[in-house]
Amino acid sequence: MAKKIRVLVAKPGLDGHDRGARVIARALRDAGMEVVYTGLHQTPEQIVEAAIQEDVDIVGLSILSGAHMTLFPRVCELLKENGADDIIVMGGGTIPEADVKALKEGGYAAEIFTPGTTIETIVEWIHSNTKSS
Amino acid sequence: MEEIKAAKNEWLAERGKKKDRDINFETVSGMPVQDLYTPDDIKDFDYMNDLGFPGSYPYTRGVQSNMYRGRLWTMRQFAGFATAEESNQRYKYLLEKGQTGLSVAFDMPTIMGYDSDHPRSLGEVGRVGVAIDSLEDMETLFRDIPLDKVSTSMTTNAPAAVLWCLYIATGEKQGVPSEKLTGTIQNDILKEYIAQKSWIFPPEPSMRLITNIFEYAAKHVPKWNTVSISGYHIREAGSTAVQELAFTLADGFAYVEAGIEAGLNVDDFAPRLSFFFNSHIDFFEEIAKYRAARRIWARRMKEKYGAKNPKSLLLRFHTQTAGCSLTAQQPENNIVRTAYEAMAAVLGGTQSLHTNSMDEVLALPTEKAVQIALRTQQILAYETGVANVIDPLAGSYYVEALTNKMEEEAEKYFEEIERRGGVLAAIDQNFFQQEIADAAYQYQRAIDKKQRIQVGVNEFIDPDEELDIEILTIDPEIERRQVQKVQKLRRERNNLLVSDKLDALRQAAMGTENMIPYILDCVRAYATEGEIIQTLREVFGEYKEKPTF
Repeated sequence: MAKKIRVLVAKPGLDGHDRGARVIARALRDAGMEVVYTGLHQTPEQIVEAAIQEDVDIVGLSILSGAHMTLFPRVCELLKENGADDIIVMGGGTIPEADVKALKEGGYAAEIFTPGTTIETIVEWIHSNTKSS
Repeated sequence: MEEIKAAKNEWLAERGKKKDRDINFETVSGMPVQDLYTPDDIKDFDYMNDLGFPGSYPYTRGVQSNMYRGRLWTMRQFAGFATAEESNQRYKYLLEKGQTGLSVAFDMPTIMGYDSDHPRSLGEVGRVGVAIDSLEDMETLFRDIPLDKVSTSMTTNAPAAVLWCLYIATGEKQGVPSEKLTGTIQNDILKEYIAQKSWIFPPEPSMRLITNIFEYAAKHVPKWNTVSISGYHIREAGSTAVQELAFTLADGFAYVEAGIEAGLNVDDFAPRLSFFFNSHIDFFEEIAKYRAARRIWARRMKEKYGAKNPKSLLLRFHTQTAGCSLTAQQPENNIVRTAYEAMAAVLGGTQSLHTNSMDEVLALPTEKAVQIALRTQQILAYETGVANVIDPLAGSYYVEALTNKMEEEAEKYFEEIERRGGVLAAIDQNFFQQEIADAAYQYQRAIDKKQRIQVGVNEFIDPDEELDIEILTIDPEIERRQVQKVQKLRRERNNLLVSDKLDALRQAAMGTENMIPYILDCVRAYATEGEIIQTLREVFGEYKEKPTF
């Protein structure tokens, strides 16, 4: 039996909007993945520590507060420092198109899903971008 | 009635032959909708008991006897970004364009009680609202805006007492006594644990801060609305309309009970409680929600809490159109959505309204987008004629049946909450959080499966869509400037005085005294918001969310 894909859904920063994060967490679990949700108000350090401890394939960051240009790079740096940059970083939230482009081009996020994306799209993307499937 | 029944059967026979579109006919919240409403659906309807007259019990038809014929609703656009200087400019711009009240949006560090130079504030300063660290910033925010002339609403919850004191002290600096200040602090901590999740302290000390505010306001700031009990965020977190209605009113009852338990007379603080609702896209469901809310509140306040002052029975509310109904795809469509939602709020009798800007799903609004949003309200008020008649939908079989249904469903939730030991106990059991999360998940599923159509998202899509509206960006330089400013303040103020005042606050917090005068002394001495909150955090501790997933 193939190993299940493990995902950490995380809410970095100070905003409390976790509707999207919770919907995605539940949807990924329904799609057969193992999902850990960090809860709110996490620092990049806490997120990276949880990701390594939980041995996840993917970290999904959900940000609506506009702090994405600070928090995505910080999470990626910390993953790298801890030798865990094989963990894929994806994201979602209120992130303007220009920033999505900058984050992807800078190597800070493999993919960013903005509002209106269907759950199926995200599930398919994860399947085609992880080895464990 | 017999004649109607016979005719209805005849119609049903004929209608039954026609094929309906293949969709679920239900409200946006998932309540089934009949194809037709007739007198049969409101057969026990009693005009005086269920409707009454505007400005009279049970206030279903509105809180004032002449409603918008006397005075239109307050057009209060929620605004704030970057630093106090930039936001001060935006307020003046909005006042110039005809806005009639201010509504301050704070940034996340301010909302969470951190100064701009705190490590947790990194990247968040001035992003989703204005950064306020001290009285210095508050004075700048309202520079050349006379506080005895405008009313100000401030979206602040966990640190509401501090921001309120900053406002009172700013008034003092302008020579405006606190008795003359008008406005609202959101100050609704219960909905933070339930939905918005910007908490700092645990529920008990948070409730104490709120009853301290009730008490202080009754004596010194009598025209201030001390809590804006907010369903808005409950809805944005994914609740149904019924959940928004029921959970919000349940929070309201909890504040009333806390006030009574703190030894206050219900009529001394209840008239200053106000509400804040969402206006989602299902036109009739929203109108019914507001009407039901007024009726439930009036009945409870009178029958259960024994309020005598008619003002204690009035549910006055601000409305914001639903941010969560807007789409990033084809963003100009959001102008249309917002206009319908605004009309529902007005037909539902709101006292004040914020119309969302079309770009809010992408970033903070640009000046152009804000202007269109404000113009939407002005067109509604001055061109459409909907403000000429009070509660024009009263007597509509559908609207009355739906209003009744809303009340019934809310009552079921009140019983469930009671059974669980009240609002605080239900929060502790994750009851609200789970109900909302379930509703949010069902809603998203319905959209994914196209059981619900969202124009531009899952139907009528533009495959080649390119975003061509302007987006407001916040210069990272702003954070650097704000950090320098607060550090300069800490160097230049009288630090001995600051630590004295913070110590006095700590002592008060450890005892049972009203903390507001102590917080006021701290802000007058230019203690920062972060320092004041940290002092209280050391005494009260921090709230920890229970895992729900």
